[in-house]
This record gives sequence, structure tokens and C-alpha cells, in this order.
Amino acid sequence: MNKTVEARNIGHSFGARRVLEDVNITLEKGQIFGLLGPSGAGKTTLIKILTGQLMPSSGDSSILGIRSIVLRGADYKQVGIMMEQFGLYERLTCYDNLSLFARIYGIPKEKILPALDKVGLADARKIAAANLSKGMRSRLLLARVLMVAPMLLFLDEPTGGLDPSTSDEIHKLILEEKARGVTVFLTTHNMAEAEKLCDHIALLNEGKIVATGAPKVLCRQYNREKRLKIHLYSGEDRDLSHDASAAGEISKLLESGDLETIHSTEPNLENVFMELTGRSLAV
Amino acid sequence: MTGHIRAIFWKQMKETFKNKAIFIQFVMFPVMTIIMENSVKIEGMQPHFFANLFAVMYVGMAPLTSMASILAEEKEKNTLRVLLMANVRPVEYLIGIGSYIWTLCMFGAAVIGVAGGYTGTVFGLYLLVMGFGILVSMVIGAAIGSFSKNQMMATSVTVPVMMIFSFLPMISMFNKTIANVARFTYSEQLRLLISGLGHLKVSPEMPIVLAVNAVVALGLFIVAYRRSGLENG
Repeated sequence: MNKTVEARNIGHSFGARRVLEDVNITLEKGQIFGLLGPSGAGKTTLIKILTGQLMPSSGDSSILGIRSIVLRGADYKQVGIMMEQFGLYERLTCYDNLSLFARIYGIPKEKILPALDKVGLADARKIAAANLSKGMRSRLLLARVLMVAPMLLFLDEPTGGLDPSTSDEIHKLILEEKARGVTVFLTTHNMAEAEKLCDHIALLNEGKIVATGAPKVLCRQYNREKRLKIHLYSGEDRDLSHDASAAGEISKLLESGDLETIHSTEPNLENVFMELTGRSLAV
Repeated sequence: MTGHIRAIFWKQMKETFKNKAIFIQFVMFPVMTIIMENSVKIEGMQPHFFANLFAVMYVGMAPLTSMASILAEEKEKNTLRVLLMANVRPVEYLIGIGSYIWTLCMFGAAVIGVAGGYTGTVFGLYLLVMGFGILVSMVIGAAIGSFSKNQMMATSVTVPVMMIFSFLPMISMFNKTIANVARFTYSEQLRLLISGLGHLKVSPEMPIVLAVNAVVALGLFIVAYRRSGLENG
């Protein structure tokens, strides 16, 4: 089965407010898929629909070949879901939080410490979840999900509000899971994260997918104002058009030895999103 | 199935001493019984007066509030949803939490019984009556917990309900009119049963009222569960 996640014409409304409209998504096995959009775009709602926590108003979806609306407890054994609103047992220690789920899933207790170690929480195993920092809580939530060794991961804003170093650690863990053949569906409004991790992305704005594709392909596709940025040893910067007309000037600078660096300017995902929607991703 | 129930039971046991709001429910009346039975002796006072009184208040308060509170907290913090998505069935969760509360309340009931001086068959009958009462209170608590979205909502419903079942039997001892109303509640019937354990006075209305209360509690729970399940309030 290559199609791990499939959403067909998903639409959803909360009362009169339309939050998702005609969303179509397909995830191949072993792929990291990023759903990018500003806060309130409908990212979490889509995860809830795909994972069977919410019935869509229209359309259909399936994960691991099972229709989302008929997913049952046993089907979730291969699906790891990390959402910020999924709580921890605040009074229990990190170790006991994992121990509970190890007992439920029938995982040997010998796997608990390695799971904590993997997310850098082995030393914090005796600390109650209530006393953890936001970054540590995110890592504990991730450990709870990864301990089960799922084949499909849903990560809702896994690095939201975390410092760069903790975010980096989480990125490494996500890439390790991908190397293990795990399919990852993540939502983010961090374009750098999406560019770094994702094989394929979809840009979601006000419930609609406005563009989809590989991050680099999307950036190239929307590279309408092609420019060359030149930096000279003298400290001067020049901005040239990305066509044959610049060839003469570049050639002269190369001959004279004045050219220090030359870069083509390509839009990042933020620019692409801005161009498509007229608004910023980081809202 | 038993593995999941054991896991939920284990989780609750781990939380026992850390969840002070619940823990105090389990120990308050047993401790008060020990103190009052040993420190207050009034001429002409009914034997085991404080044990009888506090046993009934314990039944009306501890299982009801702890069941509602645990359920509502898990719903509010979305930990219950995680459990259900980890293939824990609602019935397994309820049995896991229920068996924990029942066990701890029975331990508290035993302490009250010992402090009240019950022995032998009377002690056994007392535990039987308490076990039944704790079960009915737990079902009412589960109904409130299922109905409530969060702990605040659960508390606002639990407090008046708990006051009715735990205080009516006490007030009915002093007021005939209230006694006439209270006799329709399971907690008043439990008080009458426990007071008469030594000479086993069972009026015909006792089993009827207890059975009707149990059925109504179960019905309330089924309605609340069908309306909200364990995930939504």
C-alpha cells in the first residue's frame, strides 16, 4: 500500500463558519508531508478529520487503507498522533506517563528508558509532567508516540513555541523516523521547518489548499522576479536581472577579479504563500 | 481487556497520594470517625452513633465526587481521548477507575466499621451494605462525569447532589418531615440498614427504594453516556 493517507474533497464547517473546503491530499509511504498555513487555517481540524476524531461535513478520507470515520482503537496501534491538546498525566512522572502507555500497548518496560533517552528526557524521568517546561512536554509527548513505533505519524505543530535548539532535536527525531520508513504528516507555520523536513507540502489558507508540491519546486515555480545578487570585494552590492543581459557585466567583474559572491534570488515558502494569498504564514 | 483495566487501576493508584483533592475524600470520614468515636461519649447516645452517621455520609460523598472529578479531569485535559485512541474501551476505563474507587472506599468503610466497633457477621453485613451504596454513588458520579465538559462543571453539579445524599440522612434524624422525604433516597435507607444491623430490621420499602435508586442511577448514567460519551461534555 503506497497511499498512506488520502483525503478526498474534505469540507468542514463549525456552525456557519466554513473551516475546510474541498481539501484533497495524498501521502505516499515514507514521505514527510507538511501542511503549512497560518493559525486558524484549518490544519488541526484536518488532522482531527484524518485521524477519525472529527466527522467531516463532506468528503472522505482514509489512513493506512482504513476509512477515517470507521477507525477503531486497534487501528490506532500503527498511528502516532502528537497534538498539543493531547494532555499528559500532570501528577505522574515522565517515566510513569510512558509506563502507563507501555502497559496499555503491551510494550516491555525495558523500552521506556530508551524512549525517554531518545528525546533527551532520561535524566528527567522522575520529574512530574506538571513541572516540565514547554519543550520538555513536547518531547515527552513525542516519546509517548514514538515508543509505540508507529508507521504513520501525525504531528500538529511539533515545534510550536520551542527554542531553536529543542526544535532541532525534534527535527532530528522526525528525520530518524523517516529513515525508518515512517510516513509523517506535520502541520506548521514555520516555513524553514517545512523546507528542511518535508518532501511534499500543501499551503492551506482559510480552509483551502492554494498550492501543493515539493518545497523547492514550489519556490522555483513562483520565482517570477528572477534576479541575481552580486557582492563585490569593495563591499558594493549589485542587483541584476536573471537573463542574458547580465552576462556581459558578470563577465567583466570576473575578469577584473572584483566579484566576491553571486547568488540567484529565489522566493522562500513565505514569499510563495504571500504571493498566493496576500497574507503572511506567521500570523 | 484485563490488561487495560489493570493499567488504569495502576495509574490511579500511582496518583492516589498526589491527587490531594481526591485523597482527602477517601480519608476524611474514616479519620473523623476514629476521632469522634474515641473522644465523644455522651450519656444515652446511640451505640456506634458517629460510625453510622459518617459511614452514610462517606457513601454519599467520596465515591460520587471522586468518580465525577476523575472523569471530568480526564475529559478536560484530553487524556481520556488519548486512552480511548490507545484502544482502551470505555467500559475498561470505567471498570478501571471504578474498581480503584470502590477498593479505596471499601478500605475507608472498613476503617469506619472497625472504629465503630463492628465485629463478626455484623461487620460483614455492614461491608456488604457499604459496598452496594458505594457502587450506586459511583454510578451517579460516572453520570455526572460523563455529562460534564470539565471539572468546574462537574463540581457545580456534584456539590448539590452530594449534599442531598450525604446530609439528608443526618438531618432526617432531627426532623420528621425531612425523614419522610429522605426515605426515598438510597443513603437514608443505608443509614436505617446500618443502624439496625445488630437486630437486622429490614422494612419492605428498603429493598424497593435501594433497587429503584440503583436503577435510576444506572439510567442517568446511560442517558449521560449516550448524550456525551466519554469524550464530549
